[in-house]
Amino acid sequence: MTALVELDDVSKFYGNIKALEGVSLDVHAGEITCVLGDNGAGKSTLIKIIAGLHQHDAGTFRIEGEETRLASPREALDRGIATVYQDLAVVPLMPVWRNFFLGSEPRTGVGPFKRLDARTMRETTRSELLRMGIDLRDVDQPIGTLSGGERQCVAIARAVYFGAKVLVLDEPTAALGVKQSGVVLKYVAAARDAGLGVVLITHNPHHAYLVGDRFVLLKRGTMAGRHAKSDIALEELTRQMAGGSELEALSHELARAATPEFPGGHRPE
Amino acid sequence: MTTTVKAPAADERLLHRSLARRLMGRPELGSVVGAVAVFLFFAITAEPFLRPSSLSTVLYASSTIGIMAVPVALLMIGGEFDLSAGVMVVSAALISSMFSYQMTANTWVGVGVSLLVTLAFGVLNGVLLTRTKLPSFIITLGTFFMLTGLNLGFTKLIDGTVSTKSIADMEGFDSARTLFASHLTLGSVDIQITIVWWLALVAVATWILLRTRVGNWIFAVGGNADAARAVGVPVTKTKIGLYMGVAFAAWISGQHLLFSYDAIQSGDGVGNEFLYIIAAAVGGCLMTGGFGSAIGAAVGAFIFGMTSKGIVYAQWNPDWYKFFLGAMLLLATLLNAWVRKRAEDKS
Repeated sequence: MTALVELDDVSKFYGNIKALEGVSLDVHAGEITCVLGDNGAGKSTLIKIIAGLHQHDAGTFRIEGEETRLASPREALDRGIATVYQDLAVVPLMPVWRNFFLGSEPRTGVGPFKRLDARTMRETTRSELLRMGIDLRDVDQPIGTLSGGERQCVAIARAVYFGAKVLVLDEPTAALGVKQSGVVLKYVAAARDAGLGVVLITHNPHHAYLVGDRFVLLKRGTMAGRHAKSDIALEELTRQMAGGSELEALSHELARAATPEFPGGHRPE
Repeated sequence: MTTTVKAPAADERLLHRSLARRLMGRPELGSVVGAVAVFLFFAITAEPFLRPSSLSTVLYASSTIGIMAVPVALLMIGGEFDLSAGVMVVSAALISSMFSYQMTANTWVGVGVSLLVTLAFGVLNGVLLTRTKLPSFIITLGTFFMLTGLNLGFTKLIDGTVSTKSIADMEGFDSARTLFASHLTLGSVDIQITIVWWLALVAVATWILLRTRVGNWIFAVGGNADAARAVGVPVTKTKIGLYMGVAFAAWISGQHLLFSYDAIQSGDGVGNEFLYIIAAAVGGCLMTGGFGSAIGAAVGAFIFGMTSKGIVYAQWNPDWYKFFLGAMLLLATLLNAWVRKRAEDKS
């Protein structure tokens, strides 16, 4: 089966800075590909290439087997790639239903009287959110009044509704508590079960391992590892993610401070 | 009288949202409360204020600001300012006056040329903004001064003085005056045509904002431009379009100015851009964008009209007028902020 999205040896330079070098990944329908990396590892650059915000400078980018170079986010959307950003997924002051259809508003009427099909928009928003298990008492409330997890879910529901084949999620759990993260991961799994290919960007190997089928590790703009779930255990993923030997060095450093001076001079008896 | 500017019926809304909370969420609420207060105040303190002829004077004063306040409100909802709006009105008037006079063409040719050139100013503002990504405050402050200079410079260069020559005897003047500066009589009340223009603009702008796709985009580019861009909203085009809307209204205002007097003072218009912004802000438009309404801006302009004329009817020294205007802006903005906070807390 051809991958929905396939990157092969892709690089991106900003001037003389290598933001990304030689990264490969593939995303298949009904599977979740996790991209793991610390801050500055090149995760954002990778998303921007897949989402059509930036173009790659080397390597190949294929959508359903066809080599492409996306010119704009609009083109990415038209090709079935929907991206949900952690902080800029929604317009906080706008009602939920206006946010849900933003950029793809259905209209009725003819000629100059063409108008938003507000009734359909409200009803569809309600039913689509209900289908994902979110029962909003009021789709007219500003989306900024929803919790962070709910907002992510609205954005995911929107992408699924608009027929995305590939869903790119940028750190969907980064700013969330444990319970909210669980809720979001549930919807990520629901999107996968609906037959979408999912790219999940995260720096949390525990979240990644719960839902992921493939793992790509980024480190300082280069690919540090590429594994299928069957090839790697959570401990190993966590170790690689945390930087392996760097973690050992860190634990060594921390160990030297094992009997610290307690501030205020109170030593425990 | 204030019933003419009430918030539109919130049709199709879900029923379980209480009326009070629905009202609280409307951007116009603060300005409507303010308008009622100002109206009552002058109705009590200024005896001539309630006469029909005063009403028409007040509405006329409101409409001259209101025509510009509507597109300025849309622009503010879209997250930007236009400080060049005030002098652009005079530019539009100067262009059509001088073109008609110098080319000895039919007045309508000048009016048409003025429309094209003024719209080009709007495009220029929008393109400069979206290309340079500088704040609109800086961009339009620049174009504000440039237009001020061009108005004076070209008028002196062409006419030798700071005002244009009268075009009252030129072909097409009378028909153009009918469209831009005539008045209708409704019973015993004179209705200036600008009031019709104003109300029509409010209706169109409200329709665009609440019922069209472009309206959705305007709220989105002001509320979160990056999110809007990410879901495929044409952010650049929307912003340029908003600046063209301001330019279009400046053209209407400019033609009114020209055809009500037949000659134009090239130094006029400076400072009016703040009146438009005040009307929009009093009407509930958020300075940071993403929230507001055209009806609110109309109510803001109406408050402006009532205050400017009410002070005269109350026979106070009009020197105090600007103080009231400033105080009104602060009070209304505070009230709006307070109302919105309460509305958001409750939801």
